[in-house]
Amino acid sequence: MAGMTVLEMEEMARKCRIEICKMTHRANAGHPGGSLSEIDILCGLYGHRMRVDPKNPNWADRDRFILSKGHASPGMYALLAEMGFISHDDLKSYRVKGGVCQGHVDMKWCPGVDFSAGSLGMGLSFGMGCAIAAKLDGSNRNAYVMVGDGEIQEGSIWEAAMAAAHHELGNLKLFIDCNRIQNDDFCEAQMRMFDIPAKWKSFGWSVREIDGHDMSAIVDAIDWMDTITDGPSVVIANTIKGKGVSFMENNPAFHGAAPSDDQLAQALKELEVKA
Amino acid sequence: MTRMAATRDGYGEALLELASNDKVVVLEADLGKSTKSLHFRKAHPNRTVSCGIGEQNMLLVAAGMASNGYIPFASTFAIFTERAFEQMRNGVARPNLPVHLCGSHGGVHTGTDGSSAQSIEDLAIYRTLPNVIVMHPCDDVSTKALTMQLPTSNSPSYMRTARNKTPVLYDGREGDIKIGKGVELTDGNDVAIIACGVLVHESLLAAEELKATGVHATVVDMHTIKPLDKKLVEKLAKKCGAIVTAEDHSIIGGLGGAVAEHVVASTPVPIEQIGVKDRFGESASAEEMLEMMELKSRHIFEAVQRVIQRKA
Repeated sequence: MAGMTVLEMEEMARKCRIEICKMTHRANAGHPGGSLSEIDILCGLYGHRMRVDPKNPNWADRDRFILSKGHASPGMYALLAEMGFISHDDLKSYRVKGGVCQGHVDMKWCPGVDFSAGSLGMGLSFGMGCAIAAKLDGSNRNAYVMVGDGEIQEGSIWEAAMAAAHHELGNLKLFIDCNRIQNDDFCEAQMRMFDIPAKWKSFGWSVREIDGHDMSAIVDAIDWMDTITDGPSVVIANTIKGKGVSFMENNPAFHGAAPSDDQLAQALKELEVKA
Repeated sequence: MTRMAATRDGYGEALLELASNDKVVVLEADLGKSTKSLHFRKAHPNRTVSCGIGEQNMLLVAAGMASNGYIPFASTFAIFTERAFEQMRNGVARPNLPVHLCGSHGGVHTGTDGSSAQSIEDLAIYRTLPNVIVMHPCDDVSTKALTMQLPTSNSPSYMRTARNKTPVLYDGREGDIKIGKGVELTDGNDVAIIACGVLVHESLLAAEELKATGVHATVVDMHTIKPLDKKLVEKLAKKCGAIVTAEDHSIIGGLGGAVAEHVVASTPVPIEQIGVKDRFGESASAEEMLEMMELKSRHIFEAVQRVIQRKA
């Protein structure tokens, strides 16, 4: 599936943004803000690089993608529908009894999901396990992980950061969706994290910082990660929470709140204008 | 003379034998020398993952490996597994990944390290998790036999082993040990003593002393707390009409809790529980701790007398 052009991936991200707004509106719940901030990276990763097969989602030698910030599931589901792992009709099952689109992404429920997320701080360790397994198998498959910036306040993230560098896992590649907002407020108010790139460097990771909404930069960063083979690498992506919907952008209220009828209409009006 | 051995040694031996399956991997959190995974590490360093002193990370690295087809055995002290409880719940049990967690040095029997190290709640907390097998074997032979069966169980598991040596019961009887099946060690119609771990031996001593008073007890080694051998519990309730449970664990939620839950729902008979009575321990030798917590054979003996008084 990889090999899409920048324009194609940008268009896919726009369609995903529409679905993110529709899903959370339909469910009257969920997390649109962090889904909108992560979606360009997800589209770039799957459109440009991921070795996966929507017709065979359990293919043993596929690349793995671990969405550790599992509450941002609408973004993941919208992407999986675009990629053909699930149908667009399945998106209506978000947060609905019996639906493949559980509130938080779940590998037991949804094809194409590699990790049952929910509690923050868990995905990097799980991805590390996937990366070690790939090495033991003698495979060149990668484990990609995405965490949020608020999420790295969890102590276990740093257990994993230390261990992944110790084990020189060049096939473990992390994205941090730095949208600067967490549940209650701006990260800066909740827990100052000071120099995030310096922290990862000091833990032994190769670090690059990008604009997480610039598709060309995302593609370049994924290519750069390919060149880092002697240890884990992290792309720190500066993003805007709620990106693409004016009244959600940089608005902590839309971390975990659905748009109203009027707000959905406004959001769709903004998103349906093609670039 | 009875051979003495620690259950953790049985765990270490089993890992070494399981290594012939190249999907078996071992994860350590700086306590491999104590949990006895070190033998595997020495023989198979490429399949051993050091996680440093980081139990939360260890459980999820194991889960990630299991999701890629490996069979991870992760171990640390029982008490330290507890700080990764949510990882065990959400990362292992919920997606039902076959990660096998071993907590050594469990119970007050662990002794002089003191109350911080004496896990008396591990069996209770892991028993609440769907999909997870929970075991607490009583000797090195049964520990090894149970561990050897885990790769084919396809379920996550928690096994508690003990630090100190106890008498070996099953030399030459490995075949008697099956996950989920209690073992009847003596036969008697007056009372059933259902025990696990270190207290199996104390229960056998109590049964000997009871025999001298004309009371005949069926002593059961209930090495698997979950899934509980419900058929056997019902059979014993009907046959004996009274049950004593015995464990080096809180009386809340462990083997006694599991047996009581099932008995009241199926075949109600009086039950007395031997266990740690909702308190913490302190530094003392293993034997002194069993005495302090009223877990010795004479306490079991007295509980049998009480429960027989309560028979209808």
